[in-house]
Amino acid sequence: MEPKTLFDKIWDAHVVKQVKDGPDVLYIDRHFIHEVTSPVAFLGLKNRGMKVFRPQNTVATPDHNVPTLDQHLPIKEELSRVQVEALKQNCADNNIQMYGLDHKYHGIVHIIGPELGITQPGMTIVCGDSHTSTHGAFGSIAFGIGTSEVEMVFASQCILQPKPKKMRISVDGELGKDVTAKDIALYIISQISASGGTGHFVEFAGSAIRSLTMEGRMTLCNMSIECGARGGMIAPDETTFDYVNDREFAPKGEEWDRKLAQWKLLKSDDNAVFDAEFHFNAADIEPMITYGTNPGMGIGVSGSIPTGKNLTGSDLITFNKSLEYMGLNPGDKIKGKKVDYVFIGSCTNGRIEDFRLFADFVKGKQKAESVTAWIVPGSKQVENQIREEGIVEILEAAGFALRQPGCSACLAMNEDKIPEGKYAVSTSNRNFEGRQGPGARTMLASPLMVAAAAVTGVVSDPRDF
Amino acid sequence: MSIEKFQKLVSTVVPLPIENVDTDQIIPARFLKAVERKGFGDNLFRDWRYKKDGTPNPDFVLNQSRFSGQILAGGKNFGSGSSREHAAWAIYDAGFRVVVSSFFADIFKSNVLNCGLLPVQVSDEFLSGIFKTVEDDPSAQFEVDLQAQTIRNIKAAESVKFEINSYKKECLLNGYDDIDFLLSLKEEIVAFEQA
Repeated sequence: MEPKTLFDKIWDAHVVKQVKDGPDVLYIDRHFIHEVTSPVAFLGLKNRGMKVFRPQNTVATPDHNVPTLDQHLPIKEELSRVQVEALKQNCADNNIQMYGLDHKYHGIVHIIGPELGITQPGMTIVCGDSHTSTHGAFGSIAFGIGTSEVEMVFASQCILQPKPKKMRISVDGELGKDVTAKDIALYIISQISASGGTGHFVEFAGSAIRSLTMEGRMTLCNMSIECGARGGMIAPDETTFDYVNDREFAPKGEEWDRKLAQWKLLKSDDNAVFDAEFHFNAADIEPMITYGTNPGMGIGVSGSIPTGKNLTGSDLITFNKSLEYMGLNPGDKIKGKKVDYVFIGSCTNGRIEDFRLFADFVKGKQKAESVTAWIVPGSKQVENQIREEGIVEILEAAGFALRQPGCSACLAMNEDKIPEGKYAVSTSNRNFEGRQGPGARTMLASPLMVAAAAVTGVVSDPRDF
Repeated sequence: MSIEKFQKLVSTVVPLPIENVDTDQIIPARFLKAVERKGFGDNLFRDWRYKKDGTPNPDFVLNQSRFSGQILAGGKNFGSGSSREHAAWAIYDAGFRVVVSSFFADIFKSNVLNCGLLPVQVSDEFLSGIFKTVEDDPSAQFEVDLQAQTIRNIKAAESVKFEINSYKKECLLNGYDDIDFLLSLKEEIVAFEQA
């Protein structure tokens, strides 16, 4: 038998039909929805006089535009409130489970799926959100879709998808001190560019990837979209099975044993062929930070902003436009640059491990007075863990206040907007112009880098402490 | 429901020679708060198109009367970032029917096709040629022929082929809808679930 990649194995097992010279009809095991990209799809369905075909495979949560303070009060901003109410009504009309703001399982869609055991190895998972790639950490095929495709899944539990090419990115060796999964992600994107993965689905492999916790793997797969890839995935192993076991909606008893036996087969065959391969050495990666306006514009914290000397034509125009927006000079050291805001949270780094890392660093230190800090858990369960583990006391002693779960300043759809011209070191995933608020200047980094910036008020190297 | 048919278009081009135009630029997240698909065109390229006080930015191409047309040409890696289909809707609602670039982000490309816009991927060289032609003469016409899968720079008398999968081509030529197709497969889908 021809050797197959992990991706091929899962994809092929979900093809209902192949359209001649066209896309595959792909069956979807889990569909996550939120308030922003679902209403028009529900409307489309309603206009056809239809209901959701498989509501039991669909899970909803409002996360993108919700406030992160006073969630017990009605949402002040009218348009946001209308969207959240529309989600509630649409879910009720279609018999879909929704974890609303008052539910103990509320949170960012890509945080709650895994923590509830809804996300499992070998599945196909979609959501109208590009960071659906997060769920690939479990060895599933997970990717973001548009609203027309959300409607397809509502109507038929399938979507039409051309099969992407396969890429493998291997990172081997031991990670250096204070180098996290976020740094691996930013390093890879800086090497292959923000479009280097376009047209491909990535499998991450190698000893440095194997050494990551599930939280770390989710961070890495989450960011796979930022190199343009359709998604990222990691073959499941004991780390994965230990994480899934006993979670609320994970299989139990005999069903668990049966699933586990199947999941253990989920890996690329030894001689499987990828359309593209990259190899990186873990020892080459240091704590990373971005200086520009796409996630590929990242450097090690000890490095300097590129000079752009070798660029020409539209590349040069784009580079100059980016640095002008950021108010940074080519060739300058990044360390020591002023920081006004820090943000820890989002589907990239809003899990308990991220807050543990942050708290360990700021313990016994003080937030710099000049810095405004937004500390936003990814879910109610993460928020509760932060409280139960005594992390909230550490944060408060260091001058930080905990907010409530949501996407928050990652895309600034709610009130959490970085003001124009201000610099934010952020654990989120995109540093696009205006992403964190009109005129906001975003520098992407790990929770540790964010912690170091929070206590110093400038871009700092956590290894110096 | 169906999408608008697309067969052939002759139009001038609106040039946007910037790379990595992401969906947050095409339509910022704060304008995604509608529950119906309407009005997104007004906020297309919002933060480039308008100044902070809400008045049009005269430096931005959509505010320059010499440029108009139903073809939008952007630099490489067009449409990267978020999966928001609102980006495609905004372009469509603003009156465009074709988006040309030398490289499209994956999700954006599917979204564009699903809302009846035609993505035309050309070489970096051909794209530079479009920008140059339009810069020299904003009234220069281009012809996009979906059946023949060609885009023609009429003035330069240059024509190139573009790729599109034949299923999507049929959908656009005839205004077919994906959901009608999927619904026609219901029996096969149920059989798949039970297998």
